[in-house]
Amino acid sequence: MREIDSRLITDAVAALAVEANCILPADIKSRIEKARAAESWPTAQGILDKIIENYGIAEWNSVPICQDTGVCCVFLKIGQDVHIVGDLRAAVDEGVRLGYGEGYLRKSVVADPLRRKNTGDNTPAMLYTEIVPGDKIEITVAPKGFGSENMSQLKMLKPSDGIEGVKAFVLKTVEEAGPNPCPPIVVGVGIGGTFDKAAYLAKKALMRSTEERNSELFYAELEAELLEKINSLGIGPQGFGGKTTALAVNIETMPTHIAGLPVAVNINCHVTRHKSAVL
Amino acid sequence: MERKLKLPITREMARDIKSGESCLLSGVIYTARDAAHKRLVELLEKGEKLPFDIENATIYYVGPTPAKPGQVIGSAGPTTSYRMDAYSPALIAAGETGMIGKGKRGAEVVEAMKKHGAVYFAAIGGAGALLSSCIKSAEIVCYEDLGAEAVRRLVVEELPVVAVIDSEGNNLYENGRRAYLEGAEK
Repeated sequence: MREIDSRLITDAVAALAVEANCILPADIKSRIEKARAAESWPTAQGILDKIIENYGIAEWNSVPICQDTGVCCVFLKIGQDVHIVGDLRAAVDEGVRLGYGEGYLRKSVVADPLRRKNTGDNTPAMLYTEIVPGDKIEITVAPKGFGSENMSQLKMLKPSDGIEGVKAFVLKTVEEAGPNPCPPIVVGVGIGGTFDKAAYLAKKALMRSTEERNSELFYAELEAELLEKINSLGIGPQGFGGKTTALAVNIETMPTHIAGLPVAVNINCHVTRHKSAVL
Repeated sequence: MERKLKLPITREMARDIKSGESCLLSGVIYTARDAAHKRLVELLEKGEKLPFDIENATIYYVGPTPAKPGQVIGSAGPTTSYRMDAYSPALIAAGETGMIGKGKRGAEVVEAMKKHGAVYFAAIGGAGALLSSCIKSAEIVCYEDLGAEAVRRLVVEELPVVAVIDSEGNNLYENGRRAYLEGAEK
């Protein structure tokens, strides 16, 4: 049994929140730069140039890439041989409070979905925990903007809808979103599980590097096919037309019930932010 | 080629700006998003005076990040506009001539734009760090309790935007995509 002081978790969450908001992950930058090189439509080229300039300024000046610094999603993979000394939930929220306060990040969380009073410090975090073998804690902080979150959809398909039904639903979600989620987007798809697990898988898919394909060839091919189909829609950067509508499609799956085929599509803008550390 | 526009935008100027034009805006704009729009329209419904002059005003849908020491304002890119659709027709009728946001607008907004003469611009979503460099001053006008959502008076210099929907209802989201797809087929 290894003891980890919860204050270390606070410090890590605070630092990761600031870094994730100011520095775009290398895989996303590389995707955008490749897309710019492959883009033939002048308006789209101009938009991608400005996007590249923007993340350069953000990184150089340590300012947020986007003003929507998101609701702070925190994923913890906790080794089963770890004992956390202190209150875990409080430690994570304190990390968010510190990171968003000292990092000059926007406070975008309301305490109640209908009465809508801002909590003033961006807490609470959206906390996801997973128990894994080992004696370490892996922390991933992923600030999620809501322009793209609002364009996400979930559907309980029938098993007979099959792979064609999944493709049609993903394309319909991207089509309906159009310019709203600030394309180019990253598309996280969760297939299987239950109603809630499908949504979780879709969010988890957005945490995976876009350079990494699904480990099963069957799904890696589906990711490639969906990316090509999405980029044939012509929506383009910011919705002004062009080839670059999506930078990547990441699919995560799990077993499901004989009667069901849940599919969730979680949309992220080009600011697909996540940063990890291991304690 | 970018068209340089000095604010305020009059009704007449608004009718002259065409969908698809890239523009650089200089002058005074006001910020407001969901919660501020709700309050502004409630004032209009009660027949009360707005906290700033809405005549020929341009409203930017933005909730900036807090300014770091030495900064005028933090990152300040546009938020998605459709959430303001319920309120925009009333503000346009009251005098608003320009809106800056991103994403689609509802038919009721486009109708009000055609009727009164107003233009809908998009700024680049997700380019908050770049856009903030065009903001030369920022002061809170009202609704400070809303934090990032407070109404601010900004002085901007050559803020890059694209006219998406003009006062005739032409829409770049439809026309730009169609033009690209037609070009791509050739």
